[in-house]
Amino acid sequence: MKRIILALTLAGFAAAATPVLAEEGHDTPQPPRVKWSFSGPFGKFDQAQLQRGFKIYREVCANCHSMQMVAFRNLADAGGPGFSEAQVAAVASEYKIKDLDDKGEAVERAGRPADYFPSPFANELVAKAANGGVAPPDFSTLAKARTYERGFPWFIFDIFTQYQEQGPDYIVALLQGYVDAPKDFQVPPGGNYNKYFPGHSIAMPPPLQAGQVTFDDGSPQTLDQYTRDITSFMMWASEPHLVARKRLGLQVMVFLIVFAGLMYFTKKKVWSAAH
Amino acid sequence: MSGHSTYQPQSGFMKWMERRLPIGGLVHSSFVAYPTPRNLNYWWTFGGILSFMLGVQIITGVVLAMHYTPHADLAFKSVETIMRDVNYGWLLRYLHATGASMFFIAVYIHIFRGMYYGSYKEPREVLWILGVIIYLLMMATGFLGYTLPWGQMSFWGATVITNFFSAFPGIGEPLVTWLWGGYGVGSPTLNRFFSLHYLLPFVIAGVVILHVWALHVAGQNNPTGIDPKSDKDTVPFTPYATVKDGFMIVCFCILFAWFAFYLPNYLGHADNYVPANPAVTPAHIVPEWYYLPFYAILRAIPNKLLGVLALFGSIGILAFLPWLDTSKVKSARYRPLYRQFFWLFFAVCIGLGWLGAKPAEGIYVVLARILTVYYFAHFIIILPLLGIFEKTKPLPNSISESVLGSKA
Repeated sequence: MKRIILALTLAGFAAAATPVLAEEGHDTPQPPRVKWSFSGPFGKFDQAQLQRGFKIYREVCANCHSMQMVAFRNLADAGGPGFSEAQVAAVASEYKIKDLDDKGEAVERAGRPADYFPSPFANELVAKAANGGVAPPDFSTLAKARTYERGFPWFIFDIFTQYQEQGPDYIVALLQGYVDAPKDFQVPPGGNYNKYFPGHSIAMPPPLQAGQVTFDDGSPQTLDQYTRDITSFMMWASEPHLVARKRLGLQVMVFLIVFAGLMYFTKKKVWSAAH
Repeated sequence: MSGHSTYQPQSGFMKWMERRLPIGGLVHSSFVAYPTPRNLNYWWTFGGILSFMLGVQIITGVVLAMHYTPHADLAFKSVETIMRDVNYGWLLRYLHATGASMFFIAVYIHIFRGMYYGSYKEPREVLWILGVIIYLLMMATGFLGYTLPWGQMSFWGATVITNFFSAFPGIGEPLVTWLWGGYGVGSPTLNRFFSLHYLLPFVIAGVVILHVWALHVAGQNNPTGIDPKSDKDTVPFTPYATVKDGFMIVCFCILFAWFAFYLPNYLGHADNYVPANPAVTPAHIVPEWYYLPFYAILRAIPNKLLGVLALFGSIGILAFLPWLDTSKVKSARYRPLYRQFFWLFFAVCIGLGWLGAKPAEGIYVVLARILTVYYFAHFIIILPLLGIFEKTKPLPNSISESVLGSKA
């Protein structure tokens, strides 16, 4: 009976899930899996990749997207892009920061490491007006704020495989997902057709083209490379302590497993007297 | 916490203390000498795990509250500051957020264990009802806590849940305005939710003390469902239960750490990393996973008021379980039919949970309605009838006989 119930339950799930998956499969394809340096229990950010990603952010994305919760000083933090203090000061000084002087007069001064990245638009209304009615989302938490539906049974497997990169995978797919609209699809005015965007009409025009940003480290200047580099940078901006988290996690895991083993044998020893 | 204490204070200080405030004797009789059935299996360790998790949530929560700002314009940012600039803030927040889910995993195992072995039956009805109250308080606390990061799902979750109260005829609208502290979910709502979220865990801790008290008066149930008859049937709490609970708490921590360190956002929603925006409704408003079965019940019913009543009824009915189950035999081990219906009920709860995460349309609504009817039928029809018609298996004479079998 237990097995019959289990079988019926699974069959019910499968039957209910199939039409939906088929529907979604036709509508919005699942983003392909990207191999990330920061995935899995030993994951770390690739410093060179974060630096390339930062270059793309600075030269392209920052024209429209703010990143209000990241400070220049963060660029030198452990586990991040690995800039030196001097490099951070140099980067910061290239930005103009609005401030008040001693007399309370509004001034623009050069940025300092403690400053946060200034936003491209004065406020959200300006951002909306300049971008066809939709404010470009802030980069601070964006890589964690995007995902796609995994569906049954994949969401269960993800617990064991530690697949947490739905957001980055989706962003890479989206940035590469600008294709010609199918004949029967009417792209509304101000929209751009994107294979991976829910509803397919995205306000952002294709932001990156091959050769647009020059890399100094000899990495290929292709769209594929650009999208992976900027997404990696966005993931760091969203989760700056990811490397520390996974490193501490490993130490905690080893400790707990050894501790559990010792507790098990203690328990066995104590209970042997009771039988 | 019951009976005369056998505690013999050793040190001079404890002897002095014992004549004034016998706290040593209380601890000794509750957690050292307390006789616990010798046949308890590992499903009985979840009470200890739950106490541990309550402690973890209170400690991480108190520290998080030192850095959090309950204001609509600042809450999201203050949480991000915790994640970025507070020393080990990311660890505190992820422990607290995944800890809530772990708390619920443990409480669901604890509740289903009670159902399987009939732990709610005479003389443990009050113990069980106190448990239902703790569960209700946990749900309220979890909901309030999920509002605090003030992301899109926080805001819209709070909007949907508080709107339940607008279903009540006449008083609905003014009641919701009163709850919100305004004409919509906003800063006053967030501030009071924060206040209540800080308060309720201590209320839970208080009811937990009553729960443990009631447990220690009635004694623990056990897999056979029969009461201990002699000293051979029990072992002292310390060291036996202490070391067993300790072992399982460490094992549970492995699961906890797996989520907190490697999958911290798995149990949340990506939308909650988008700051709350009253002008943009998310495509799917989904509550946390631990509310999903009840959310499915709510949406299965086309009438809003009846849906809300069914939602509360589905939890409230648990309090009447000791009287709805008419069987004299406690443990499902000796109830072949009940055992099958138990697993069917378990599958229905999982099914409702899955449906709660799906949009309320088409086949999902039909399935949710069927499972909702079954959910209530389990309590109102199946359990009362089973007790009358079921042919139970013979019970062992004593716990020690069932454990030691031929050896005894």
